[in-house]
Amino acid sequence: MVDERPLFGPRAYLLLVRMWSRSASQYRVSLAFTGFAQMLVASFDLISIAVIYTHVQTLAGFTFAETLYLYGTTRLAFAASDLVASGIESVADSIRLGTFDLVLIRPVSTLAQVLADQFTPKRFGKLIPAVVTLVWALTELPLHWTPAKVAVAVVTVLTGFVLYCSLWVLSGCISFIAVDAREVANTFTYGSEYATEYPLTIFGRPLGLALTFVLPVAFVTWQPSLYVLGHADPFGLPGFLRFASPVIAALLAGLAALAWRGSVRRYRSTGS
Amino acid sequence: MTESIERHNEADTSSGAEPIILAEGLTKTFTAHKRAGLLRRERSEFTAVDHIDLRVAPGELVGYIGPNGAGKSTTIKMLTGILTPTSGRLRVAGFEPQRDRVRLARRIGVVFGQRTTLWWDLPLKDSFTLLQRLYKIPPAKYAANLDYYIEALDLGPFLDRPVRQLSLGQRMRGDITAALLHDPAVVYLDEPTIGLDVVSKHAVREFLRDLNQRTGATILLTTHDTDDIERLCSRVVAIDHGRVAYDGPLDELRADRDLETVVRELYTGRSLVDTTG
Repeated sequence: MVDERPLFGPRAYLLLVRMWSRSASQYRVSLAFTGFAQMLVASFDLISIAVIYTHVQTLAGFTFAETLYLYGTTRLAFAASDLVASGIESVADSIRLGTFDLVLIRPVSTLAQVLADQFTPKRFGKLIPAVVTLVWALTELPLHWTPAKVAVAVVTVLTGFVLYCSLWVLSGCISFIAVDAREVANTFTYGSEYATEYPLTIFGRPLGLALTFVLPVAFVTWQPSLYVLGHADPFGLPGFLRFASPVIAALLAGLAALAWRGSVRRYRSTGS
Repeated sequence: MTESIERHNEADTSSGAEPIILAEGLTKTFTAHKRAGLLRRERSEFTAVDHIDLRVAPGELVGYIGPNGAGKSTTIKMLTGILTPTSGRLRVAGFEPQRDRVRLARRIGVVFGQRTTLWWDLPLKDSFTLLQRLYKIPPAKYAANLDYYIEALDLGPFLDRPVRQLSLGQRMRGDITAALLHDPAVVYLDEPTIGLDVVSKHAVREFLRDLNQRTGATILLTTHDTDDIERLCSRVVAIDHGRVAYDGPLDELRADRDLETVVRELYTGRSLVDTTG
């Protein structure tokens, strides 16, 4: 009998990613240059952090190595999510041009198709500075690494990745409501990454709490990292929140999946 | 592999009279919000498809015509599950399109004349290989089908060329193949001959007629080219302002005048065709 089940989503995703990579590889020089540029741009923030610490010993109570650790984990989680999920950014264009119709006539997951859209290997460029920073931070940190701390550090990057991927999907959902709301969508993704690169305390208490409970990006790296770095919470929030990241990540991923389903249902298509 | 392309007439209907496309009172209303002041918004409704009834038997080749904005594309989009109907009943190949969209996708093939589904920067062949994987087409069947289409549509000379380098006619032949590799029971063609030269048009028409006769695939053809209709369709469904203006045999439509005149009258609202018959 013919297998009637649709192709498994992640497999469809990888197939499409391979096609897009091969498409991008048709323009090798451009690929090499843009990949290098992405790496360079991603390194600029790092320089600014280094410059700040030539003037101060600590920033909001955090040393250079500690800030490097926060920045490195955030960058790594975000760069990985950018690699895997930022294809969804182009969904706004495909809705506007009506090419989203073509996504809907395929017998595979719509999410797999839009996440893989326009995939390009140049995004690997962003991973390199992130890894370098994290390695640097780990060598600089005067920490006694217990198995629990190692586990939390690893989980930090993983849950951060899931949280950012969920934010990518949610930002894609915004495109279904307002096609020209790309800037709003960017606030969620790039904005939340920016907000977690530094110790959260630099934003002050109201914004810090908003970034914890409204847009829960504090759980990407801030909360678990307080545990790893052995810091008390400057906002005085309860200790169990240090370990809440996986729960928050799972909740946000579920919310993103539901929102995506709802968005596809309300898709209106264009003229012809 | 005695027969590489399966016939759909027998395969898809338990009882012969069962229509493969069934629409009853199919309606699609779009709601638009218009800004009327700083915060106030005005709602306005537009009915693109207005209580359409349509029954298509397996193996029919139907010309679906109407002026721009009549609701043709909206109908096709509901039939494929792209759009959710506002009201009415709809079944295609035994599925409710919007709810069973993913499962229905394996049974339908869609060609958008003005858009390509092929991978722009990659050799034409690569798009086909991807579709084999996405649709889970068994390798033997895929090989047989691909051989057939290479022969029938003369794809051989440009199979290894990137799609961006193909002529419009070559690209259209590639798109048609892409829509058919998985043996769909229902095929929607939205202006498949648009922009093609006379020779390519002829080739596409001959191919479609042959496809319909050979595989028994049901074909719904949207076009503005009256030649397409005259040469291919035995039945014509014309819609205007979202309603069915004519549904019947081609011969009846052009009984006393040429088709182009009849269609023009239909489009300009001076319909002289007896729609009750």
